[in-house]
Amino acid sequence: MAGALLEVTGLSKRFGGFVALDGIDLSVAEGERVGLIGPNGSGKSTLVNCICGTLVNETGTVRFAGEKVDGLLTHERTRRGMARSFQLPRPFATLTVADNLRVPLLYTVNARPGSALSPAALDARCAELLQLVALADKATQFPRDLTQVEMRKLELARAMAAEPKLLIADESMAGLSQSEVDDIVGLLIRLNERGITIILIEHIMRAVMKFSQRLIVLVSGKKIADGRPDAVIRDPEVERAYIGE
Amino acid sequence: MGLSFDLLINALIAGILLGGFYAAVTIGVSISFGILDIVNIAHPAFIILGSYIAYIVNSRLGIDPIVVSIAMLPVFYLLGAGVYQVYYESFERRGQEALRGLSFFFGLLFVTEVMLILVFGVDYRYVEAPYIGPSWRIGVMDFPLRMLVPCVVALVLFGALQLFLSYTFIGRAISAVAQDQLALRLMGASPIRIKRIAFGISIATTAVAGALLIIIQPVEPSVGREYIGRVFAICVLGGLGSLPGTVIGAMLLGIIESFTATFYGPSWAPAVAFGVLLLTLAFRPAGLLGR
Amino acid sequence: MRTRVFLLILIAVAAVVFFGARMVNNDYVFFAGYTVLQFIVLATAWNILGGYTGYVNFGSAAFFALGAYATVFWHKFYPLPIPILIVIGGIVSGIVGFGTGYLTLRLRGAFFAIATLALAVVLQTFVVNWDYVGGSRGAYIIRPNEIALIGPYIQYLFLLMLALVVISLAIARGIERSQLGYGFATIRDDELAAEASGVPTLRLKLVATTLSGALMGMAGAPFPYYIGYLQPSSAFGLEYAVNSIAMPMIGGTTSWVGPLIGAILLGSLQQIATVTISSAVNLLIVGLLLVAFVIIAPNGIVGLVQDWMRGRAK
Repeated sequence: MAGALLEVTGLSKRFGGFVALDGIDLSVAEGERVGLIGPNGSGKSTLVNCICGTLVNETGTVRFAGEKVDGLLTHERTRRGMARSFQLPRPFATLTVADNLRVPLLYTVNARPGSALSPAALDARCAELLQLVALADKATQFPRDLTQVEMRKLELARAMAAEPKLLIADESMAGLSQSEVDDIVGLLIRLNERGITIILIEHIMRAVMKFSQRLIVLVSGKKIADGRPDAVIRDPEVERAYIGE
Repeated sequence: MGLSFDLLINALIAGILLGGFYAAVTIGVSISFGILDIVNIAHPAFIILGSYIAYIVNSRLGIDPIVVSIAMLPVFYLLGAGVYQVYYESFERRGQEALRGLSFFFGLLFVTEVMLILVFGVDYRYVEAPYIGPSWRIGVMDFPLRMLVPCVVALVLFGALQLFLSYTFIGRAISAVAQDQLALRLMGASPIRIKRIAFGISIATTAVAGALLIIIQPVEPSVGREYIGRVFAICVLGGLGSLPGTVIGAMLLGIIESFTATFYGPSWAPAVAFGVLLLTLAFRPAGLLGR
Repeated sequence: MRTRVFLLILIAVAAVVFFGARMVNNDYVFFAGYTVLQFIVLATAWNILGGYTGYVNFGSAAFFALGAYATVFWHKFYPLPIPILIVIGGIVSGIVGFGTGYLTLRLRGAFFAIATLALAVVLQTFVVNWDYVGGSRGAYIIRPNEIALIGPYIQYLFLLMLALVVISLAIARGIERSQLGYGFATIRDDELAAEASGVPTLRLKLVATTLSGALMGMAGAPFPYYIGYLQPSSAFGLEYAVNSIAMPMIGGTTSWVGPLIGAILLGSLQQIATVTISSAVNLLIVGLLLVAFVIIAPNGIVGLVQDWMRGRAK
């Protein structure tokens, strides 16, 4: 597909005898807003892990910006422009909130040829990101002092700090209030308008419908739907997968 | 030609018997490391403790060391449960296992060795039993009883544990706790309690392993250190979490060590296990039967 | 405080220590002090890999002994000045540190720890079977009695070890405040998240193991001259493994100050205990303190002081 930023072909992953992903094909165009939904255990996080290199898939290929990334380590994929947030927040516990954001700036942004930031610019970028997720007043505190909601925002901010071309947000909104969910959706849409392609993995249907231009449904490791959100949710197979369980 | 065949077949037999014993030594780690993911490098310290207890009772009361070890099973079980409780409260719960948990077990290993030196000195200790000394001869094959008996006991121990893990509720819960703590909780079993029981069992096996050790060879406090490498080499070789894998890995290591000692001399023996471990970690970390 | 200033302060303190020791006019101060200084280097080196990066090394004795045996090897071949031997010791141990890391760091931290233990035993077995460096019988190194400009040879060794202390403390502190330090900390805190943030974890871990191993090797290089008769059991002795872990863990693993405090306190304690009680009891105390601190005060003495200061500020 021309202009595809991310192209996944025939991706399979097993854990022992258990098939977590079975021949997944998907592609995401540059600038798209894609929603990825599916029941618990359908393989969403496994898919993210395989795309980012945290797990190694048995079969299939992942292409990013036209380049085959299979075999590249996760940090190399991040430097090429793929960023992800973790479903269960994984902050750097012994670093301050601000320093948590400094790490991707130092190791990803500064590592890209030609984009090295001066220390002042780095600090400014940190502050800007903290403002964006409303954590500016917690800059010098530690992750253990944050609420669950704030930790999720930090998780998202850390992914954004890597200045990705593709951002995969893995269930960043669990436990948030309605207005907080709207805030994050608004934030993600604004990021998208700045040119960042976003894959949103979520259970909160309101957010997914509001955000996605395209909806992909994963059930038991297989992709069962891929298209416009309003068409997909009316798909009988999708209904069966959600209601039939 | 006939001479070297004798040597070969007896080195093989010695290796297999030794391997059986190594399985008894390692089976506890197969549970604590393979299933519970706890790196208990102090495991050999408990084994040496078991050896010394067998020695004390045997030398004072003349009771067979294996019988002593069976009597000690509940004591060692409680010791293991206690150690796990401390480990859980201090490290597992706080997510500090990597650095501090390891240091904790290292400290235990060290303290145990030094205390044994202070109490018993560095002299070798041994036990007396009717099967230490005689051998069965079948043709050119030589089966020293002091190695055959431990091997048989080890296989019985292995069989009992395998049955326990496969057919009892607690046993299956233990196998499951590695994979799905949430499901366990939903079934009403507390994962902490299950892990404590499992670790207790793991340490209980060291009571038996210790008795078998002092039957096979005289023991002094630093002997435990040689077994750290053996135990983890076997675990990794056989594949973590697989009890049958442990037995196979143990046999393999026993045979390799036996051949090395026969043809190259015993001073290279300590390096064999650790060398095997390094090679396995470098080239096939999942082990032969691992998941 | 910039690193350059810190280095100057360290050098000044070292000069004070050296000339102060000379004024006491008792060579015992130098002999005992050498051991403590050696432990500062070992503890600091261990902490770079352990405290900063989160990977436990049980085989400190191996890297230390490699430096010592490299010296023995050269001494029989062609005697070299000690500073060069220190560099050689550092290179040899650094390479072995790199190799061990390369083989095992892609696995979990626990496997690395076990591999370091394995390494110590394998190396000891090799040395015991290698007659050129003395094998199990040991090797004698005759050290000169005096050296030009300084006087008694032990003072020269003391000075060299002091230099190593200055170097290792400067390196440790320098790392703490640098991008490398951030990288190490993320590996310690959450390696998966570190990779996802662009940190090249394997490369950084290799830097840590190589640096840590090299420093330990450098500490070991002068040892044969200090002790005069080198046996595998003393070079590979368990007390090096325990002390290099206990000193940073008790002192505090999060900063360069921890290993320094731990080494000075425990090192001095052990010198006193060995003379008054026995060396076995002295090691027992170290082991018990390690277990106690790891359970009760996981952030060591530095952590306790920080908590106390935070408590007072409230």
